[in-house]
Amino acid sequence: MSTHGAYYIPHKAVWPVLATAGLMLMLAGFANHLNGSAIGSGMMLTGFVAFLVMLGLWFALQSTESESGMYNHGVGISYRMGMMWFIFSEVMFFAVFFGALWYARNISIPHLGEGGMLSGPGRSTHDVLWPAFQAVWPTNGPGNVGGEFEPMGAFGLPFINTLLLLSSGVTCTWAHHGLLAKNRDQLIKGLLATVGLGFLFVAFQATEYYEAYHEMGLTLGSGIYGSTFFMLTGFHGFHVCVGAIILSVVLFRSWKGHFTPENHFAFEAAAWYWHFVDVVWLGLFIFVYIM
Amino acid sequence: MSAVVAEHDDHHDHHDHGPEKGILRWIITTNHKDIGTLYLVFALIMFFVGGTMALIIRSELFEPGLQFVDPNFFNSMTTMHALVMVFGAVMPAFVGLANWMIPMMIGAPDMALPRMNNMSFWMLVAGVLLLASTLFMEGGAPAAGWTLYPPLVLQTGKAFPFAIFSVHMLGISSIMGAINVIATIFNMRAPGMTLMKMPLFVWTWLITAFLLIAIMPVFAGAVTMLLTDRFFDTSFFDAAGGGDPVLYQHIFWFFGHPEVYVMILPTFGVASTIIPVFARKPLFGYASMVYATGAIAFLSFIVWAHHMFTVGLPVAGELYFMYATMLIAIPTGVKVFNWTATMWKGSMTFETPMLFSIAFVVLFTMGGFTGLMMSVAPSDFQYHDTYFIVAHFHYTLVPASIFILMAAGYYWLPKWTGNMYNEKIGQLHFWLSAISVNILFFPQHFLGLAGMPRRIPDYAIQFADWNMVSSIGAFIYGFSQLLFVYIVIDTIRGGTGKVTAEVWEDAGKHSLEWTVPSPAPYHTFTTPPEIIPTEHF
Repeated sequence: MSTHGAYYIPHKAVWPVLATAGLMLMLAGFANHLNGSAIGSGMMLTGFVAFLVMLGLWFALQSTESESGMYNHGVGISYRMGMMWFIFSEVMFFAVFFGALWYARNISIPHLGEGGMLSGPGRSTHDVLWPAFQAVWPTNGPGNVGGEFEPMGAFGLPFINTLLLLSSGVTCTWAHHGLLAKNRDQLIKGLLATVGLGFLFVAFQATEYYEAYHEMGLTLGSGIYGSTFFMLTGFHGFHVCVGAIILSVVLFRSWKGHFTPENHFAFEAAAWYWHFVDVVWLGLFIFVYIM
Repeated sequence: MSAVVAEHDDHHDHHDHGPEKGILRWIITTNHKDIGTLYLVFALIMFFVGGTMALIIRSELFEPGLQFVDPNFFNSMTTMHALVMVFGAVMPAFVGLANWMIPMMIGAPDMALPRMNNMSFWMLVAGVLLLASTLFMEGGAPAAGWTLYPPLVLQTGKAFPFAIFSVHMLGISSIMGAINVIATIFNMRAPGMTLMKMPLFVWTWLITAFLLIAIMPVFAGAVTMLLTDRFFDTSFFDAAGGGDPVLYQHIFWFFGHPEVYVMILPTFGVASTIIPVFARKPLFGYASMVYATGAIAFLSFIVWAHHMFTVGLPVAGELYFMYATMLIAIPTGVKVFNWTATMWKGSMTFETPMLFSIAFVVLFTMGGFTGLMMSVAPSDFQYHDTYFIVAHFHYTLVPASIFILMAAGYYWLPKWTGNMYNEKIGQLHFWLSAISVNILFFPQHFLGLAGMPRRIPDYAIQFADWNMVSSIGAFIYGFSQLLFVYIVIDTIRGGTGKVTAEVWEDAGKHSLEWTVPSPAPYHTFTTPPEIIPTEHF
């Protein structure tokens, strides 16, 4: 535990506080927009751009400091712990939506149908409000909320997307091996492939959503099935975008000659994040699409 | 530019040894002591903001009938009082203590991730600003209770999305703070500072940090579903679409129950730090304290539905959550036993921090016992949503968390400022607080058992007497806290004189912060200390 003999204590930076201000402006703008205020979307966009610029400048500062050799082993450990527990917090965030899906399928839907595992209150909702409702999955609920829809099958685009994302995990690891073997060419090619597969995944998911909305009648408003389907896959898609952007930055830095086999925290963090996104997708493919 | 805090202090170029001049020092600081101060000052301000809301509630409840405020505003006050106190006062105050004390207790030069530390504080401010802005909006601030249950909360006016995003920002802030605590404790300990030598405050914060990382995203997910239910047509909490409002309660309390331990575990840590110093004995049962903290944290994840006994759970669920909840009494009992045993045959003195800590042990135990009463599911059918629960959790928060925060203030102020606080006024503050807090909350047990529901601006005539007593206690308690503000300012300005590095007799045997000068220099332990004191010397 003697890593902090010369632990790098960073000098002050304005970016964290400015990034916070940008994020706050963005969220306040979004809230205003949701409330129907005309200034909302402009505020949101300004805040978002400010947030991104500040974040970018912050990361640029970090990467400059890293490349000039200011960070020692101890700092690297702190960063890795930070990333690890950040990913854990993301796992918990996804767990909530998986939990909601589980609850709907195993508790609330059976409950609204034949009474399910809960006697008493569940029964009366069924008997009094919706006696005709049968507990089936997928469903948009006893109120037929959002109208008729067709559920999303597993073995079309989603299956292709599974293959894409799993392959991108492989190319990412291949790039890491290249980095460790000081093979810059392999590093860059591997990252290019990973980023490419990531964005292809997003494009296919966009196509899937387009079909859902325009051909299958499946929307965010399609009862609990539509809610869980779009929130789970949507948040995942958002994370794929973020992961692909992080990997793009890592790619850019690799081009500029950053990273050594000993010092490449940014690459590792991006790779961890990417594998996390990969694992979440496998969960989605099984619990949302197949089951 | 860069500031490599090297092993040798003769290396002066490019070091930021001292603080920046002017206001910018506080805005862009990455120093753990500056950030700790910011958190503590912010928390103290919020304590008075939340306290003002509490006094509005108690004024309205002074007599039956509607006197001062309209019912919707009253409900906003109960909601905002809770949110401000939980997310604006108690949690930030403990994060402030963590920032100040953890690096000094483990012999680290700073927190592990200082820039994120800065962002974490400003995220908190931004979140609280968003929340406070809702007070001035059409339809008023959120009024559905701090639990934000749907469908009621979906009727909130313009405030709704602001409250949701405020929760998101507060969540990000807490997660960043928690990650920082974990990285600091695991990576920055001085050589020889093994995990089982860490002061208990550090241990309890480590476990609290894990709780925070596990639960804040859960709360964020829950309020995100509220947002999409309201604005984007989802049906998570709408039975017509196949959802269930009870799902929200499950998710909320999966967050909410560990959340109450987020507020109490660091409280235990500070009490375990202060009591041995003034009993002049090592902490009794150090290892069992650590394991008890871990056990409480684990149990906190598997008892959430005891907040929902009356919602219509299956009998098997009621039984499971009832027995699981009762288990918490065991590790908590271990702690109370250990504090008592630490004082047993000690050479005790009763300075203000010790007074607050002893009051904490006694009054928290009472709050714990009423918790045990409510863990009995069939009894809880009677207590649920009455003033009994209000009395219960206020006993675990005010004479526990808040008293211990006050104790921590008195205990460490001399270290922070280099000056001694005014002991006479400190003791006056203690006695006024300890007496009035019981006048304030004890009668609420009677009101609840007699059936007075919580969160109502008006009540039946038979509840009048005890409500009046309670309100009188509230005003005495509220105004006596101004003494604390006076003492803090007075101490910063010189107090009753300079203190030594150790401040309290033999405190240096207990923990490292007493081995550095008072006031603690801007940078401490830029080289790791060599002698590590232990809790069990």
